[in-house]
Amino acid sequence: MAYSEKVIDHYENPRNVGAFDKNDPSIATGMVGAPACGDVMKLQLKITDDGIIEDAKFKTYGCGSAIASSSLVTEWVKGKSIAEAEQLKNTQIAEELALPPVKIHCSILAEDAIKAAIADYKKKHAG
Amino acid sequence: MNHFELFGLSAAFNLDAAELQQRYRKLQQTMHPDRFASGSERDKLMAVQRTAQLNDAYQTLRSPLSRAEYLLELRGIDLAHEQTTLQDPEFLMAQMEWRERIAEVDDVDSLDGAYKDLQEQMRDLQDELERQLNSDANDDAANTVRKLKFMHKLHHELEQLEERVRY
Repeated sequence: MAYSEKVIDHYENPRNVGAFDKNDPSIATGMVGAPACGDVMKLQLKITDDGIIEDAKFKTYGCGSAIASSSLVTEWVKGKSIAEAEQLKNTQIAEELALPPVKIHCSILAEDAIKAAIADYKKKHAG
Repeated sequence: MNHFELFGLSAAFNLDAAELQQRYRKLQQTMHPDRFASGSERDKLMAVQRTAQLNDAYQTLRSPLSRAEYLLELRGIDLAHEQTTLQDPEFLMAQMEWRERIAEVDDVDSLDGAYKDLQEQMRDLQDELERQLNSDANDDAANTVRKLKFMHKLHHELEQLEERVRY
């Protein structure tokens, strides 16, 4: 199966690989995995007091499409508000990276990672 | 006819692997397309199809993981086509640690150590799966199948490393 140029670019030069301290109150961590392929994704957001995502990092163990999907979303969410980031759909990721149907689950993984991170942030700041 | 019925077995997780193999061989002989060489085209085609179904059934039931997945499918939970993600932070964190550990495997000792620990964890999960399936705790069993799929992936990664480290 051939990867699109955008997938190869993100795979060869992944943006924002790394980690933040998950105990820092401004850091939100989302962890998700895809049972079908065994891919695991950790996505972290650094969020300002007024709810803007100022930075994002990821660590993904998986295929090229999973790495490209996570790399792409870390670029996309920077500068967005939590509410905007929550609107992100896997179809946008799949379209941007021209993912074939068998790799759609990689984009779902990235969408769910963002949602899990935001849920983590809300839990941390509840009450 | 489902895969269990094909072998005259009851639809349960526990099965005798030797018994399954024996019944498979017997059925294979009765269904073999060569036996229908002098039959009509239709008979031959049927024999080929039945042999394919038999092989598929055997492969599915032989491995505990695919057997569990199939059993759950019969009970109405379709795991093979699901695209939902697993969101169990503790389990996923352990998966990350496993991946880091595997990335550091560079000799036979570290490989063997990783195999040993991984197989132990897989055995524990499989025991848990057995209990869940036998007590009809199907949603819990489905979750355990999902986890085991991650473990199998790790095992596969170790197998790939093996060629580099050992030979």
